[in-house]
Amino acid sequence: MSAAAIGKDLLGLAHLSAEQITLILDTAVPFKEISERAIKKVPTLRGMTIVNLFFEASTRTRISFEFAEKRLSADTVNVAVSGSSVSKGETLVDTARNLEAMKIDMVVIRHPSSGAARFLADRIQSNVINAGDGTHEHPTQGLLDLLTLRERFGSLTGLRVCLCGDVLHSRVARSNLWGLQKLGAEVGVCGPRSLLPNAIDELGVRVFSRIEEAIEWAQALNILRLQLERMQAGYIPSLREYNRVFGVTRERLDRAPRDIVIMHPGPMNRGVEIDSDVADGPHSVILEQVTNGVAVRMAVLYLLAGGRPELAEAAKG
Amino acid sequence: MADTSATSLVLLRGGRVLDPSTGLDEVGDVLLRDGKVEHAGAPLGEVRRDGDLTEVDCRGLVVSPGFIDVHCHLREPGREDVETIATGARAAAAGGFTAVCAMPNTAPVTDNQAAVGFIIRQAQLARAARVYPIGAISVGQRGEALAEFGEMIGAGAVAVSDDGKPVASAQLMRTALEYARAFNIPVADHCEEPTLAHGGAMNEGIVSARLGLKGIPDEAEEIMVIRDILLSRRTGGHVHLCHMSTKGSVELIRWGKERGIRVTAEVCPHHISLTEDAVEGYNTNAKMNPPLRTAADVAALQEAVKDGTIDLVATDHAPHHYDEKEREFSDAPNGIVGLETALAVLVTHLVAPGIISYATLVDRMSCSPARVFGLQGGTLRKGSVGDVTVFDPAASWTVDPASFQTKGRNSPYSGMTLTGRAKCTVVGGQIVYRQNA
Ligand SMILES: [Zn+2]
Ligand SMILES: [Zn+2]
Repeated sequence: MSAAAIGKDLLGLAHLSAEQITLILDTAVPFKEISERAIKKVPTLRGMTIVNLFFEASTRTRISFEFAEKRLSADTVNVAVSGSSVSKGETLVDTARNLEAMKIDMVVIRHPSSGAARFLADRIQSNVINAGDGTHEHPTQGLLDLLTLRERFGSLTGLRVCLCGDVLHSRVARSNLWGLQKLGAEVGVCGPRSLLPNAIDELGVRVFSRIEEAIEWAQALNILRLQLERMQAGYIPSLREYNRVFGVTRERLDRAPRDIVIMHPGPMNRGVEIDSDVADGPHSVILEQVTNGVAVRMAVLYLLAGGRPELAEAAKG
Repeated sequence: MADTSATSLVLLRGGRVLDPSTGLDEVGDVLLRDGKVEHAGAPLGEVRRDGDLTEVDCRGLVVSPGFIDVHCHLREPGREDVETIATGARAAAAGGFTAVCAMPNTAPVTDNQAAVGFIIRQAQLARAARVYPIGAISVGQRGEALAEFGEMIGAGAVAVSDDGKPVASAQLMRTALEYARAFNIPVADHCEEPTLAHGGAMNEGIVSARLGLKGIPDEAEEIMVIRDILLSRRTGGHVHLCHMSTKGSVELIRWGKERGIRVTAEVCPHHISLTEDAVEGYNTNAKMNPPLRTAADVAALQEAVKDGTIDLVATDHAPHHYDEKEREFSDAPNGIVGLETALAVLVTHLVAPGIISYATLVDRMSCSPARVFGLQGGTLRKGSVGDVTVFDPAASWTVDPASFQTKGRNSPYSGMTLTGRAKCTVVGGQIVYRQNA
């Protein structure tokens, strides 16, 4: 693979090849080790300026990116743009022009509109990393989920992974879906039909309408966060009923034919999509996901900056 | 107008004279005298020059009754920065249209006779294509109280519509159809069930699932299509269904027509040439309402144009300022410009592949719109109004929005090479547009 192996930007997993995804995962492995050292810093991105541009609040993702950037010695600026100032007329195209004028090197963008990261990437020279755009993609989350599964299972080929919950509105679900399929996993989805895209059957996934069936089938469950506003919008009758019908509970897992790896991108609604004893139980890899998040983001920053994979190893020294 | 005293003659010489309204299709001449058709058909030989004669060489070109667009948005009053009646009328002429109907969703809404009169006066000043106002169905297009149809028709409106918005209330639609009967005008509806379409930005399907955009299902349109057809059956009113986009709508219209219900329908060039795939990359110039659908819908709509289930083609020309489209997909406005590409899109996507003939094309763009909306034109019959379109069926050109007459630049055809182009547009015996003139 050449220096520009994953392109100028990371906008989603839909357009990456299996080789490119594997390259990022392989690159993340040595970076994970850096985070375990006493001095968690390497000079790889020294002198580079990265803007974390967050148009909606996401403490977890922002902190994870910030750690990744700082551990690679980049200079970072956090810009939080509230929804209200966007609607007052500060357009994304103006933002793009201003960023371009400030000669920054990379932008990490989180935005409530699908396609916003691509919109920015098409208009600026800097590398753009999509940290979640609307209900489209959240590629670094998808990658850290893949890394976590790869660590647990060795290979993803033939692995049966089920995405549970609000697939319709989930950017994590889309990134997972493309990434898992490209690496040879079988993907299932499970949730009320009102929270699954109508065309989901055409995407090559197995659709479960009962969580018991999903548990029976899967080797890993990736449990998506149920946004409370979905209930107000009438997609489901109540959170209580959601837990009763679709919640991943200890009792349901106990009846599974095998141990199932439990994942959740966070933040969790305990007692809704996931029960506490599942989230904190022996099969949960939720905290490993968080650790892998930093490593994967370091790998992405490094590769977009033009780093070669073999140098990732050298960067440790 | 300056020289009204002298007789004015326009001689369109040597073209393929094609007028489906009279069954005419032969190489010959069209002579217009003082704004009226004096002759259409066989070559005339020497013409007595008893006035100012303008002769246009039409060899290799098609000479047809002028195209009529029953659905466009000219933005004046309210958004003169994106279009005025004058620029819209010039864009129409450049696209081969001799007349257009302007939708009333302006600011303020065209919902009274004074507003109708304003549009007619502005159009006269433009001296390009004719502009016929369409009045609102409801006051302020708020969907509550009926607007004053009678006065608006008296002032020159040719139809009523709340286009831009659906008529959400079935009761209001019923009343509009009943009330409109007195004036024998169509009630044109933007068919969209608002709760199903709510928040949607494109067609609901596999592309919306991939792009993470909220979709608008076919049923949002079809529920209103069948509602309107049933209300037309109940009331006897003439319902005209705007910008049809789905296969299901075609089937419902066919069902209505088979039963003799007074339903007519239009389709836009973009819905018979593009699919939802055009949205890939979050291309806001492919964002429109109703949205671009699937290849199966496109095929069904093309077939419906051919067999007449869909009566006519209308552009739904909707100019926007470029920076309004230069934004996040879900926040960008709906609509594209269409007056200057309509003919070429139809020639390229319907005539060239052999789906329809030039005669059908002219019928759906000229004769049928005149018939359905009760407008003058749409024929070259002797004594009729001298509205004529001359086009080159073989001209190949690359769409460059920068060269458009409309102020709008929002075209999904930008950069595409299309075939077919208006060469000369004549309105009331006056040449209002000549390409490369
Ligand atoms: Zn409309
Ligand atoms: Zn319209």
